[in-house]
Amino acid sequence: MKAARGLSSTLVLWLLGIVYLFPVLWFVLSSFKPGSELFSLPLTILPETWTTSGYSTAWSRFDFQRYFFNTSVVAVVTTALTVIVSAMTGYAFAKYRAWWLRAFFVCILATTMLPTEVIMPSSFVVVRDLGLYDSLPGIIVPSIITATGIFMFRQYFSTVPDELMEAARIDGVGEITLFVRIMLPLAKPICVVLAIFSMQWRWNDYIWPLLVLRDPNRYTLQVALRSIVGADNIDWPVLLSASVISLLPMVLLFLVFQRQIMDVDINSGLKD
Amino acid sequence: MTAVTTPVSTERPTPTARRKGRRAPVLAPLLFISVAVVLFCLFFLWPGALGLLYSFTSYRGVGALRFVGLDNYVDLAGDPSFYAALTRTALYTVLAVPAHYVAALAIAVLLTSTAAAGKSAARVVFFLPWLISPIVTGVIWRWLFGENFGFVNVLVQAFGGAAAQWQTDGTLALIVVIIAGTWAGTAFNMLLFIAALRNIPRSYLEAAEIDGANSWQRFRRITLPLLGPTSFMVVLLTTIGSMKEFAMIQALNGGGPGTENMLIVQYIYRTGFERANIGYASAVSMVLMVILIVIAVVQLRFDRKSDLS
Repeated sequence: MKAARGLSSTLVLWLLGIVYLFPVLWFVLSSFKPGSELFSLPLTILPETWTTSGYSTAWSRFDFQRYFFNTSVVAVVTTALTVIVSAMTGYAFAKYRAWWLRAFFVCILATTMLPTEVIMPSSFVVVRDLGLYDSLPGIIVPSIITATGIFMFRQYFSTVPDELMEAARIDGVGEITLFVRIMLPLAKPICVVLAIFSMQWRWNDYIWPLLVLRDPNRYTLQVALRSIVGADNIDWPVLLSASVISLLPMVLLFLVFQRQIMDVDINSGLKD
Repeated sequence: MTAVTTPVSTERPTPTARRKGRRAPVLAPLLFISVAVVLFCLFFLWPGALGLLYSFTSYRGVGALRFVGLDNYVDLAGDPSFYAALTRTALYTVLAVPAHYVAALAIAVLLTSTAAAGKSAARVVFFLPWLISPIVTGVIWRWLFGENFGFVNVLVQAFGGAAAQWQTDGTLALIVVIIAGTWAGTAFNMLLFIAALRNIPRSYLEAAEIDGANSWQRFRRITLPLLGPTSFMVVLLTTIGSMKEFAMIQALNGGGPGTENMLIVQYIYRTGFERANIGYASAVSMVLMVILIVIAVVQLRFDRKSDLS
């Protein structure tokens, strides 16, 4: 009886697993097929002739090095700033009491309900008026604050006992030194988790790059991919290969930080 | 720690000094939140206020503001393409939220139940879509559901069916969008549910088992009620996420066929940017903003217990 139940739930689990895995599998395998094989029946799961021609065409026809570079700059710089700003803000929310802190907390909460997509036209005007139009800082600066990051730090810092702060204060440690030297090192695990999340958000971000960037030389990967898929005649071999290439950094990130990602306690964190 | 205890007045403070010492620091927290406050004002408050202002103008991105009063809202009230986008968004949300919820919960339960084998490998499989951007998600499903050489149609034909028009039939196209969205959204919600399921004391379930409750009764009467706060989070986040769905559809079918599956954010984008009608698009933004606020408030009402803060 027990064994039968184990067998049936294993079966259901892996059936679902195949359903979830297959789209990616099909997409990756297709990217290794030559163009002629993509559009000829009968379809085969595995490529009959393996080829990387889609990849070389994608790499040579589109300036992928540049897109990679742009996206990396945006992702890394934004992530660094996000971690610092979220830590400071979350710390203030967790460890200080004032009416204006509570008020600002509500404001941050509201940003999750009112994402940029909703106020797209005026967000664009603001970025333009700030002189950030068509520049990478124009993507970086607006993306720095995320409610999720702030909530993660707030939750973490509120578990740190106040006595620790009191002791440091009695020792004459200033508030800023207290934060930089004592509190921030304590929160290193949160910094890592938020950095991973932020890398994923920014690498895959579409809305701000779409609004801000005009010059193809400054395109990020997502906008570049969209320009391929938005064409009247989609060049599928190139599109498939280019999409697979764009995934690689995220796969690498996952392989390196798998444990941190899967064990993350996101009870209070909201998704961005 | 750099500082050493110095014999300052805190040792034996005078009453005023003590009061001063006890007063909560103001400068430090102000400094800590300053960057976030500036960024919040620049990229949320200002666009919000500006959007409200623009919604009363015929602003086209350049030139002086020309106020038109409530014209934009009046036009909006009689704009069939606005209603079409809004109702399509509502339909998508109503269908997508249960799909997201059931898929994530079912998988989380399977992954935490002790009976199934190969759970850690399966968890990686289900998590994989989280790594994939909305644009690439759209590409993947567009490829799978291609009308002529898409895998799904070839499979359907192999079993004697007729090729379905996944791109040219509006209803089928919406179904593909829902499937793709659910596939992409499962990972994150699943993690939320797994964390919550692990917090349910095993003793509750064991006690119920001894009392003769079958596994469905245990799930229905114990697990599900205890998942309440997490369910609330998932439903709220998925609702907001569905209402602002944009990037994935851009790559999947561009809101097609035609504009049949154009959701509200795409409508804003098209009006504001492709037609440079920022004033009118801002009015749509304000309407969407009010709708989102109402949804959030209503859902918060429904679940007072859950502590979002």
